[in-house]
Amino acid sequence: MRYLPKSDSDRREMLRTLGLSSADQLFDSIPAELRRKQPLALPRALSEPEILDYFRQHAAENAAGHVKLLGAGAYDHFRPVVIDALISRGEFFTAYTPYQAEISQGTLQAIFEFQTLLCQLTGQEVANASMYDGSTALAEAALMALRITGRSRVLVAANIHPEYREVMQTYLAGPGVTLAEVPVAASGQVDSAALEKLLNETVAAVAIQSPNFFGCIEEIPALAEQTHRHGALLVTAIAEPVSLGLLRAPAEADIVALESQAFGLPTSYGGPYAGVIATKEKFVRSLPGRLAGQTTDRDGRRGFVLALATREQHIRREKATSNICTNQALCALAVTIFLCVYGRRGLRELAEQNLAKAGYLAAELAKLKGVRLPYTAPFFNEFVVELDADAAEIHRRLLPRKFVAGVPLSRWLPERRGALLLCATETAKRGDLDSFVAALREVLQP
Amino acid sequence: MSDAIRKAAPHVSQSEALIFEKSTPGKQAFALPPLDVPAADPARALGAAHLRSDIEGFPEVSEIEIIRHFTRLSTWNYGVDTGMYPLGSCTMKYNPRVNEVVARLPGLATEHPLQPDEVSQGCLRILRDLERCLLEITGMDAITLQPAAGAHGEMTGVRLIRAHLTAQGDPRRVILVPDSAHGTNPATAAMSGYRVENIKSNPAGQLDLDALRQRMNGDVAGLMITNPNTLGIFEVRIREICEMVHAAGGLVYMDGANMNALAGIARPGDFGVDIVHLNLHKTFSTPHGGGGPGAGPVAVKKILEPYLPVPRLVELPDGRLRLVSDRPQSIGRMRAFVGNFGVLARALAYILANGPDGIRRTTEDAVLNANYIRKQLEGIYELPYPSPTLHECVFSDRRQMKNNVSTMDIAKRLIDFGFHPYTVAFPLIVHGALMIEPTESESKEELDLFIEAMKAIAREAETHAEMVRHAPHTTRVQRLDEVTANRKPILRWKPVPPPDAAD
Repeated sequence: MRYLPKSDSDRREMLRTLGLSSADQLFDSIPAELRRKQPLALPRALSEPEILDYFRQHAAENAAGHVKLLGAGAYDHFRPVVIDALISRGEFFTAYTPYQAEISQGTLQAIFEFQTLLCQLTGQEVANASMYDGSTALAEAALMALRITGRSRVLVAANIHPEYREVMQTYLAGPGVTLAEVPVAASGQVDSAALEKLLNETVAAVAIQSPNFFGCIEEIPALAEQTHRHGALLVTAIAEPVSLGLLRAPAEADIVALESQAFGLPTSYGGPYAGVIATKEKFVRSLPGRLAGQTTDRDGRRGFVLALATREQHIRREKATSNICTNQALCALAVTIFLCVYGRRGLRELAEQNLAKAGYLAAELAKLKGVRLPYTAPFFNEFVVELDADAAEIHRRLLPRKFVAGVPLSRWLPERRGALLLCATETAKRGDLDSFVAALREVLQP
Repeated sequence: MSDAIRKAAPHVSQSEALIFEKSTPGKQAFALPPLDVPAADPARALGAAHLRSDIEGFPEVSEIEIIRHFTRLSTWNYGVDTGMYPLGSCTMKYNPRVNEVVARLPGLATEHPLQPDEVSQGCLRILRDLERCLLEITGMDAITLQPAAGAHGEMTGVRLIRAHLTAQGDPRRVILVPDSAHGTNPATAAMSGYRVENIKSNPAGQLDLDALRQRMNGDVAGLMITNPNTLGIFEVRIREICEMVHAAGGLVYMDGANMNALAGIARPGDFGVDIVHLNLHKTFSTPHGGGGPGAGPVAVKKILEPYLPVPRLVELPDGRLRLVSDRPQSIGRMRAFVGNFGVLARALAYILANGPDGIRRTTEDAVLNANYIRKQLEGIYELPYPSPTLHECVFSDRRQMKNNVSTMDIAKRLIDFGFHPYTVAFPLIVHGALMIEPTESESKEELDLFIEAMKAIAREAETHAEMVRHAPHTTRVQRLDEVTANRKPILRWKPVPPPDAAD
């Protein structure tokens, strides 16, 4: 009971004030038949060292010591130590949503900076702060496009992260919305000829991802032009935003749905991460989620408030743009700090190192017999290799050698039996990459 | 400053510009290790057309400037660590530090969501243990830990209702929501393709059963009900309510936002509800973080288990754990990967620290604190609903409005007294609501200071109304111009153009 700041005599005195003799009487308004007589069947209370032991023991049952060539929506980048030093300040992490602006200026200014950084990176005009993750940001972006255009159909590129596509399906499984898949060309990119056939005046949005799930970089300006010709909006998902250190901003897209985990958030077995939707100013009133805006007080001092709340559920209820309330604010703060640490030149250098590591690994693998790179489009830090073998089996055989050989695509795409999706970020060491190539050579040999 | 303010005194805080305004070309806070593979030429590797030349406006600052920048910003905030944060419905309780340590452990924070189950048994065991604890606390049959927040859990729940009714051949079109509900309830139902109908509350502040009976028909898919409700009142007739909805073929969704009033005392599973979500960032002490991240697990009765989102956590006969996605009746995925693992681990650490007795004692203290405040402020502030309340109490500003002092003014004045305000003007069924939830984390001394502050403000409302209307008086900024912020939104910083560009 170390978290409870009361002595038994405090309790007795307070109960006396209420004219009660026992704590049980506090719950007299709950019908007796609904009150539980026996104690909860939970483990006994643990002391702090026991809690640490419990979690350390389970931490040791995971993939410690493995070389993980894994991306696919969650990326291992170095996290500068100042991030945790700063987000661990209680004034940040024990605060609520900044509804009371006068005593929340720290959070509000940080959100405003986050919004600005994301606009600068994506070439968009406004960015919210924040969505649960990249997948829900993409689904909400599609809903937003449906609202803006008043149309009913969404075209989804088949090379978007399969779990993102599944989330879109769940979110959009309402009345009247149809999803159709846009096939992939031999390059690994969206098949624009096939897209042309699918586009018509019922299409609200074309959803793509770049770099896409196979790691390939999409031709965003051309896809935007093609989409706009049919009056639809281009929604671009970005799951690996470190790529934006080198790649031109997706300014031609109408809505960008970004997963910011790569910017300083641990992979943490799937979350918490932070999604963002960035878009054009003209669509701001259709945007879901929180926004901080700059304003002034009576004396003309600059300050920040939550802006355009009339889009949100606590004001608009069933007419809100989304039901989102709790978001990923502390993650967004970590992202803001990460981007300040790397800054204008650092993000580019970081991206260059990623490009070099993945390029090295791909080139070394391509030298192996029975391994080829199926796609011709350029890639950033992630790519597909096609094996003359069952990729899931190879993946399994590399595991005892302490390699997680990316993900076999057959996990989501049963027809892709030979394909592995591999990722190498700046944290990959050359020695580990070389050992991986050697190990793969060995397991590939009959 | 009033002599009545014992808890707080003004102090100097540092001014701080936007990070962009502090940027100077050539400064840096990063250092990358030397590249151990051949450098790649970006133009050759990616194609010149794909490259950007610069990230315009991005900051260039040193490490000490980053530390000072965010430290200074942090001092402009108020957190639970600073003092009492009695936001009704938000359960701003202490966030134990050990939770933060375990979520950051190497071997947990470092794990990848797509690494094979064989090398994730530790993470999966943590999830399994949390599932078991939450099922015991709620008295439900099955649970998903995937939803990222309360509203996300609500959406999951409403999709489960739709899936179940669709499987029976009729998804129906209407979700009923009491007028005292959180805004997320109607927004969730609407987002899931349902028409929302509001049910009014009765004079005791509970759901009106006659109104419910009149609305129940074959087109009602379900009822979303918060229990205890947003007035802090237990819905005494919850079983009857559930029976009524079930009899008409609908399902009952319980919003578990107020579980801090029930844990260890009563279980939603015994009320007859079909679905309940939990806000781990409320009842289970994971930090609010300035707005998130949270986690909103959804627990259900057996009949809904086949529809739960994928992946499902399954225990094999040999004790090993697996994530399974092959569930044809599932509503699908609510988000990528398994869930907000880091938040889930924190919640388990909290449950382990408390144990069964601690969970119950926590609930008792939370309800004791709320009733203590209610008792001391009754008669000074108007209590619109006299029914007994649990973890929070709701007053109105009716008396103070005689002097034109509103709930917002009182809230802002509380800041000068060293407290975070309560929840202002919610629930909507109370005009000018003051919604106060102290949680169990407040000592008697802190509660007494709060009560003293509230009494002092009530007196000031009579003697110095104008001063209260302009509160706060001690913060860095005064009340901000929200009208302009909404009419002409400035949502990002832009560089000031150089003087010659103005020509």
